[in-house]
Amino acid sequence: MSNLSEFENIADAGQETAPIWINDLTVAYHRKPVLWDVNLVLPEGKLVAVIGPNGAGKSTLIKAILGLVPKATGDIRIYGRSYEAQRRLVGYVPQRESVDWDFPVSATDVVAMGLYGKIGWLKPVSRRHREQAVEELRKVGMEAYADRQISQLSGGQQQRVFLARALAQDAQVYFMDEPFAGVDVATEKAIVALLKELKTAGKTCVVVHHDLQTVTTYFDHVVLLNMRVVAAGPVEEVFTEENLKKTYGGKLTLLSQALHKYAQQPGIGTGGAKGGHR
Amino acid sequence: MEWTFIDSWIIVTGILSAMSCALLGNYLVLRRMSMMGDAISHAVLPGLAIAFLVSGSRDSLPMLVGAVGVGVLTAVLIQAIGKLSGLDQGASMGVIFTTLFALGLILIRQAADHVDLDPGCVLYGAIELTPLDVYTLFGWEIPRAAVTNGIMLLVNVLFVVFFFKELRITSFDPALATTMGFNAGVMHYVLMALVAATTIAAFESVGSILVIAMLIVPAATAHLLTDRLVAMLAISLVVAALSAVLGHLGAITIPTWIGFRDTSTAGMMAVAVGVLFLAVFLFAPRHGIIGRMVAQGLLTLRVNRDDILGMLYRVQELSGQRSPAVKTDDLRKALLTGGWVNLALADLLRTRMVRRTLEGVVLTESGLSSAANLIRSHRLWESYLCGQMGFCDAEAHYSAHQLEHVTDEAMQERLKRAANYPTLDPHRKAIP
Ligand SMILES: Nc1ncnc2c1ncn2[C@@H]1O[C@H](COP(=O)(O)OP(=O)(O)OP(=O)(O)O)[C@@H](O)[C@H]1O
Ligand SMILES: [Mg+2]
Repeated sequence: MSNLSEFENIADAGQETAPIWINDLTVAYHRKPVLWDVNLVLPEGKLVAVIGPNGAGKSTLIKAILGLVPKATGDIRIYGRSYEAQRRLVGYVPQRESVDWDFPVSATDVVAMGLYGKIGWLKPVSRRHREQAVEELRKVGMEAYADRQISQLSGGQQQRVFLARALAQDAQVYFMDEPFAGVDVATEKAIVALLKELKTAGKTCVVVHHDLQTVTTYFDHVVLLNMRVVAAGPVEEVFTEENLKKTYGGKLTLLSQALHKYAQQPGIGTGGAKGGHR
Repeated sequence: MEWTFIDSWIIVTGILSAMSCALLGNYLVLRRMSMMGDAISHAVLPGLAIAFLVSGSRDSLPMLVGAVGVGVLTAVLIQAIGKLSGLDQGASMGVIFTTLFALGLILIRQAADHVDLDPGCVLYGAIELTPLDVYTLFGWEIPRAAVTNGIMLLVNVLFVVFFFKELRITSFDPALATTMGFNAGVMHYVLMALVAATTIAAFESVGSILVIAMLIVPAATAHLLTDRLVAMLAISLVVAALSAVLGHLGAITIPTWIGFRDTSTAGMMAVAVGVLFLAVFLFAPRHGIIGRMVAQGLLTLRVNRDDILGMLYRVQELSGQRSPAVKTDDLRKALLTGGWVNLALADLLRTRMVRRTLEGVVLTESGLSSAANLIRSHRLWESYLCGQMGFCDAEAHYSAHQLEHVTDEAMQERLKRAANYPTLDPHRKAIP
């Protein structure tokens, strides 16, 4: 596989300029591939929804882009360079369940973490940084809760804190894993307003989303994912009944069965996950 | 019994080792890997034994190198087994550390034949003997154990101070930390290496088994008392130091009360820290069991007081007389809260809200105004719930009944405004 990819430069367009350029990405946990041959070029300054059923690999796609899970094959570029070289351009909002909310930190402390990259190793968080963190909290309507320990916030408030932290990262490209999960209408509106603001500022936001009803109103671009990319493009072009059926329907079970068999062949593993870093 | 310089040095050594363990222990507790401390403190045993065998002495440096090596190896193995086998972390820890510990025991028996080394001392510590083994530093005789633990504490303090922000983010959100370039994996292994080194430095004083108490319990205690990280670190250090002092005092005094000679200081330190934890668990203001019960009790008392006042007011309203007396038995029957009524009544009498007469209890002037205030809240809520939100049934009464206890004047004003300054509630009763 990895040898082939060097000849197969299908998605060359945008390799140097696109905020996200992915060629022939395969990711496997243990030996079971969960993302298969993903080719993706995402445009700048757009709100991009990533949709697909549970277990489709949406979170895995984001983690692979951010270098949090090793890739079996493939090449990923952020504005033409590897992720490691472009860290400072990237902001990340993980799934809310991924952290321990009983941790002894206040909302301000969490938001200030968004500034750590800028502050750098060994330097302390100064008062100016904390003020900036409170400022970011204000943008999401949470300044009244700045000093609260984070377990004493509601789910929607916690999500806002996460968003404020992403704002503090001051990135060009944002990856958000289900920011709308379990929030009420008011928070959902606040998040949408924030996304629009980011878009106006020319930022690209890649958002894992579950509510198919709102895809057309909230987003410009959509990626339909189920182990592989079923379709990707402007919402009005690819968000069609047929593509949705392909993504959520039964046909893919065949593919996953085939992949499962493939994984059980001897000599195929997740080893050699070195491709792509330059 | 006499206090000697030996006792002082035992306490100093105990404090230093307890504090250096407790400081790192905070991060084990916060990362929810308390058992990792257990695993590492046991698993370093073969590292020690190998160091003894190779160097042929009890020098600190080879021991430290051996321990840190095996400590990191343990962390790596646990991670690897977990990943490859799909076992959960607890299970892979169990597999690794018991195996290494057993290996260590065998090796130590071997080593004991060659080196002057007592396996029991490794397991349980021998803090009582540490003051006898001294360094001479600037003309002062300082026990070696105090020096080692002092250096370890210093290293740990520097680590936590300089990497405060890095430790915080890699502990709280390792994924984000890694995307930002603060490699959570590297931080994990550095922490584990330091835990291993700290364990080794401390094992002479508290032993490799009790060291786990010093790693985890002070931090767990501190976590119950605060939700600020810096405060948690500070409190855990205080708890650790306190347990060393109490532990030694306990060891030399308590057994004599019941006619024995003194007992093991290390064991008493573990008991002391356990007792401190228990005390905090019971009495901590917010998270403690007793604290929560007291808060709950005070709330129940207040609700009962309010209910008695409300009832007296309503009786007065219905009867049309000024301050009619109500029998305490009637109050009890109406409120159905048993002994709480007596307590609440006693409190009302004490604060002169009600007065006892021959026929029963009556409202005083101040009682009347408090009662009117409560009824105002209740009826304003009913008006608001019915008029503005459309809840007019019995449920609205119950809601109002609960809300009235937490409604202050500002809230009353807002309710009035929202309900268009009503004068009668939905049941056509006057709002006082
Ligand atoms: N750490 C892991 N180890 C092994 N398998 C994993 C791991 N994480 C995810 N998987 C598997 O990878 C597949 C994709 O998971 P992923 O979390 O990316 O799905 P998702 O699209 O984000 O789903 P959801 O909508 O439920 O969040 C799933 O089949 C899951 O079981
Ligand atoms: Mg997911």
